[in-house]
Amino acid sequence: MIDNYSQKLKERDGEFSLSESARQEIIELKNQYPSARSAILPALHIVQAQFGFIPAEPMEELAEILGILRGDVEQVVTFYRMYNQKPVGKFHVKVCDSISCYLRGSDELIEQGLHKLGTSLNETSADGKITLSKIECLAACASAPCLQVNDEYVYNVQPEDFDEILDTLKTAEKNPYFIP
Amino acid sequence: MAQQDQIFPPPPPLLTEKPPFEYQLLKHRAVPGFAKLDVYRANGGYKGLERTVTMQPDEVVNEMKASGLRGRGGAGFPAGMKWSFIPKVPGPKYVTCNTDESEPGTCKDHELIENNPHQLIEGVLITCYAIGSEYGFIYVRGEFARGIRVLKRAVEEARAAGLVGKNILGTNFNCEVIIHSGAGAYICGEESALLESLEGKRGYPRLRPPFPAVAGLYARPTVINNCETLSNVPHIMREGAAWYSSFGTEKTKGFRVYSLSGHVERPGTYELECGATFRTLINDLGGGAWKGRKIKAFIPGGSSTPMLAPTDEVLDTPMDFEGIAARGSMQGSAGVVVIDDQTCIVGAVLRLVEFYKDESCGKCTPCREGTQWLVQMLHRLEHGEGREGDLELISDVGGNIAGKSFCLLGDSAPVPYNSALKLFREEFEYHITHKTCMVGPRAGKQLAGVH
Ligand SMILES: Cc1cc2nc3c(=O)[nH]c(=O)nc-3n(C[C@H](O)[C@H](O)[C@H](O)COP(=O)(O)O)c2cc1C
Ligand code: SF4
Ligand code: FES
Repeated sequence: MIDNYSQKLKERDGEFSLSESARQEIIELKNQYPSARSAILPALHIVQAQFGFIPAEPMEELAEILGILRGDVEQVVTFYRMYNQKPVGKFHVKVCDSISCYLRGSDELIEQGLHKLGTSLNETSADGKITLSKIECLAACASAPCLQVNDEYVYNVQPEDFDEILDTLKTAEKNPYFIP
Repeated sequence: MAQQDQIFPPPPPLLTEKPPFEYQLLKHRAVPGFAKLDVYRANGGYKGLERTVTMQPDEVVNEMKASGLRGRGGAGFPAGMKWSFIPKVPGPKYVTCNTDESEPGTCKDHELIENNPHQLIEGVLITCYAIGSEYGFIYVRGEFARGIRVLKRAVEEARAAGLVGKNILGTNFNCEVIIHSGAGAYICGEESALLESLEGKRGYPRLRPPFPAVAGLYARPTVINNCETLSNVPHIMREGAAWYSSFGTEKTKGFRVYSLSGHVERPGTYELECGATFRTLINDLGGGAWKGRKIKAFIPGGSSTPMLAPTDEVLDTPMDFEGIAARGSMQGSAGVVVIDDQTCIVGAVLRLVEFYKDESCGKCTPCREGTQWLVQMLHRLEHGEGREGDLELISDVGGNIAGKSFCLLGDSAPVPYNSALKLFREEFEYHITHKTCMVGPRAGKQLAGVH
């Protein structure tokens, strides 16, 4: 029964296994905490960094490393917004549309972006490069409107900036907004 | 300037040579490279910890009590008193720093961790020493990916200098500081949900009692304080409680980082003495409403606090816990959101309430279902499909969430509507009778059927 389920998930997500370095990082994380289970959230960020989303197979590997059930991991994956449960574009552009950004034009930005990309919300552009989503307050309200490209911030985004950002991302290999 | 040495998020322009209040928590704005240990130490950094380890833990708690420092996360609970609740029992105790910062309108912790990480780490270490803990966890919302990198680098620097780990500063004080990342959930800022999350579970709030001071992380005594609260601690231990309590008002001591956002000329985070007025923040520093418009209303302390109209009386209110309470609102997280007179209040309220719907954790029915109802009805109203009696219905639904929910998130959900209705009832009614906005870019346009 359970094997059948695992099989189905593998069929859904394909074959994915954690890289040796990701495994190592997760083990180090686990050793930091008084209780191994505490490492789930940061460990899942490591999984997502490798695959761009959280596929089924590494969830099992993670459960095994941390000595918990796969269900414990799944529960977490489905609760927290940052974990992508299915693949997204290479660059996930998340525009804040909470109050302070809304007041300074985030709705218009989102419309502009979708129009430019020719996609709808949460849909990935045909070249697989960009997915545009909305997100709740990013705690950069004084630099509104703001957005994130994957996990990196762009502040005070004016309409003309946004066109440029999307153009840049279309051809970018690495996240251009990464600051160490 | 190298990108790493720039300040993010970008600070507001300085209008005068000196800042309006001499930088304390925001000292990194005056000194380049402040995130680095040597620069931090050259500017008084870790002097507070050096003094702390020469004292008895109880003396540190007493110093904190005497300083009058109150929590910056929302409720304003006296920090020293919170620490004193930790029972003197054998076995592990924990300190957790709440850097989940997700309340719309609030962006101070973001700047503090990305630019002044050692200040927080020092604060966490002092807190650990005071309550007898060997673990300090800094729970950072996952979206602060750069903040997490900065903090982790700072911890490693501090470790290499003997400030974190075993035998800190050559004493027998041992302490680990762990930078933990959340993964996107406002509810994890609620302290008991934060603990669940830190244990590797879904962020569902816990039933209380027991309170965290008795049974918190891993069911052990735990102190939870906000990032800005703990960033104050090194200053208090370095300069002394008397120095600290010379700032502020009678019941709210010290200084505070206010986040100013929305329709002002110069949004930004501003450090001011507690008790400065809204007028100073919004008009003098923020430049008042943008584009030559007028201020219609503002939210004084993050989206969960009732909005206020900018009367002279309100603008001259000292920004401290008591002053704002006297005007019928709350200091909250000190996130001030300004709304100009060209804004349809119904649209703004809808957006505010949508946040609570999106972030409801789903544990209890009044909040999970009620916030959806609120949003549905406000959406209808906003889009010109409101009906007679809707305003009462919305108030009713709100009344069935507040006070009947498991945690404060539910209690907060109806706040934007209730406070806006009190101030701008005619605008809500106009939406029903005219099927369109009374003010703003869409005023007069038929909205029904438009989505
Ligand atoms: C829904 C909800 C969200 C909260 N979010 C935060 C937050 O992001 N950061 C924070 O410090 N406190 C937040 N709080 C308040 C915390 O529960 C807690 O009171 C605070 O961290 C205590 O620290 P302090 O005494 O230093 O203020 C939140 C409370 C609620 C009910
Ligand atoms: S009030 Fe809302 S956020 Fe709080 S426990 Fe209930 S459903 Fe969760
Ligand atoms: S409202 Fe957009 S960052 Fe806070």
